[in-house]
Amino acid sequence: MFPMLRQILRTGIVSEAPPAADEDLRVVAQRLSDAVARQLGRALVIRHIDAGSCNGCELEIHALGNPYYNLEALGIKFAASPRHADLLLVTGPVAKNMEVAVKRAYDATPEPKLVVAVGDCGCTGGIFGESYASCGRVANVIPVDVAVPGCPPTPLQLMQGILAAIAPGKADRAAKG
Amino acid sequence: MQILEQSIVFEPLPGHASPTWAARVDAQALRAFCAAVHAAERRLVALWGSDERDRDAQLGFALHAAFDLAEGLVCLTLPLSTENPEFPDLSLPFPAAERMQRAVRDTIGARPDAGDQRPWLRHANWPADYYPLRRDTPEVNGSRYAASNEDYAFVRVEGDGVHEIAVGPIHAGIIEPGHFRFSAMGESVLRLEERLGWTHKGIERRFVGMALAEGAKLAGRVSGDTTVAYAWAYSQAAEAISGAMPPPRALWLRALLLERERIANHLGDLGYLGNDVALSFGLMQFMRLREDWIRLNAQVFGHRLLMDRIVPGGVAVDLDAAGAQALLAQGRTIRHEVRKLKAIYDEHAGLQDRFLTTGRVTAQLAKRLGVIGLVGRASAQWWDLRCDHPCAPYDQLAPRISTERNGDVAARVLVRFAEIAEALRLIETIISEMPAGNIRSEVRSSADRRGYGWIEGWRGDVLVALETGHDGKIRRGHCHDPSWQNWPALEHAAIDNIVPDFPLINKSFNLSYSGQDL
Repeated sequence: MFPMLRQILRTGIVSEAPPAADEDLRVVAQRLSDAVARQLGRALVIRHIDAGSCNGCELEIHALGNPYYNLEALGIKFAASPRHADLLLVTGPVAKNMEVAVKRAYDATPEPKLVVAVGDCGCTGGIFGESYASCGRVANVIPVDVAVPGCPPTPLQLMQGILAAIAPGKADRAAKG
Repeated sequence: MQILEQSIVFEPLPGHASPTWAARVDAQALRAFCAAVHAAERRLVALWGSDERDRDAQLGFALHAAFDLAEGLVCLTLPLSTENPEFPDLSLPFPAAERMQRAVRDTIGARPDAGDQRPWLRHANWPADYYPLRRDTPEVNGSRYAASNEDYAFVRVEGDGVHEIAVGPIHAGIIEPGHFRFSAMGESVLRLEERLGWTHKGIERRFVGMALAEGAKLAGRVSGDTTVAYAWAYSQAAEAISGAMPPPRALWLRALLLERERIANHLGDLGYLGNDVALSFGLMQFMRLREDWIRLNAQVFGHRLLMDRIVPGGVAVDLDAAGAQALLAQGRTIRHEVRKLKAIYDEHAGLQDRFLTTGRVTAQLAKRLGVIGLVGRASAQWWDLRCDHPCAPYDQLAPRISTERNGDVAARVLVRFAEIAEALRLIETIISEMPAGNIRSEVRSSADRRGYGWIEGWRGDVLVALETGHDGKIRRGHCHDPSWQNWPALEHAAIDNIVPDFPLINKSFNLSYSGQDL
């Protein structure tokens, strides 16, 4: 027990300040009202779906949980079921073999059904493109709110995208001055 | 030359990084050769098919099998008739061949004469007669065929109190998709059957028509956590085709990148293995170290996961003196930190209680199944390309193989710790002894050539087989992941364990889905 406590104390808190939302990653206007966006921002639940990725994006999504990025400190956590999720974080070109599963997960997700497409593959189909085995980008299969490019996107870029999905819309902010 | 006293005459293939031999055989000779390989306690590396009908009417289709023998990599090609493309079932000597044979059937339409005939990569989402690797199969886009929910013929376990638990394809964690069908009695697993292929995205068809230089990027995305090993294996194959010789410094830099990839993955796995037995302290500590590690990758080499750093002809980025110093300093820190954490893992009774005897693959079973790589080494299977067929610079580094005998989760954890220590030692040697010079030479494609690349990635050996057509473009590109060999062993490792230990056992294997789904 003591070596563990000593290690924890010696490590200290290494968490870094989170980045700001990157509004440019939005592909459609914010659907959430300002009030809802603010609520979700403190208690957002994400369901990750690998729709056919090479596993590169997954490594960087994992990194969001490490002590440096410490995503949970922002009130954002990953759930095991789409039924518990506000947001789907979808990687990969959507493999044809995953098409039914992705659509079912989307159907099972309660409103507002936010979707963040991750990586060059999720955004455009990437190097794999469209074929007999690949539906290409995530937006070809389910509606997408935010698309985060990169091969793979860094954890910071992922955070900027996730935060953009729940950032108050520009229209809302303008209306309220 | 003859191998294993068989009548087959092998030709050495020129320009390969380690000795490579090839021959054309008939079905009878292939059977006899497989029996001899099995008797010699050597192994099948990969099995794949190709369509040769447009080249030579007599050839029809072809089955290719690559073996790891004392002489090096040995590749056999079996021509198959156009009308009845049937090949001998090789799953008796090599159980891992069964799924590869099913994949050959799905992609080329040539079938084994016995054994499991269920589809593997095809999940009823395109027609059964759409064979993506036949050269006359038309290109279609993702919306051409309607996706459907396949009714797959899982093997049923029947009896009083037996129930089925279906898991996936979407898993509960942040991991790749696959389906596990457990037949359980109470908490105890009676049988596990895997259904994979969910991330099949047509990589092999995508290779067709690509320029030799272009394909490295695709190979580097077969399995994102093994991008360095795939890019190196691909580059070896491309260099064999072109006759190009990468400069010595480039080879040393490649080894440096490969060992850094090995450590990055082992650090992550050790964290998750702690987490799976509820020691989140372990997860946080190891993930912190992993993040330090890959941040320095980005700083020194320009990419956190080291994608696209290895290119045909050499490497894309050099190492300067400041970078070398930073890597050495980090190596010392990580060695010290990992040693402390290992002592904590070693002394933690709760953790050891969950690790020890869990998910056991005995040495005997591992040998029978042909388990390789890290998982094999934890079950006393002494396979490591870096030692068995060392390509430069490993021939000058004398890497030490790390093995254990118990074959349980604890053994796979110990092998990871030992491999981190050894990789840190290799990195120090590489940095201090790396020759100076250029880092890249020109690679020009050559028509109608074959090339193979074979590299010990962090999971096990990765094989890339390439063939160019008349135009010098890629005609056939096959990437083989060691997960093909090891997935079937996971089914055995789960038996008689409790269902809640499965995530731990699965993580201790940490096999690739994308790498085998292609």
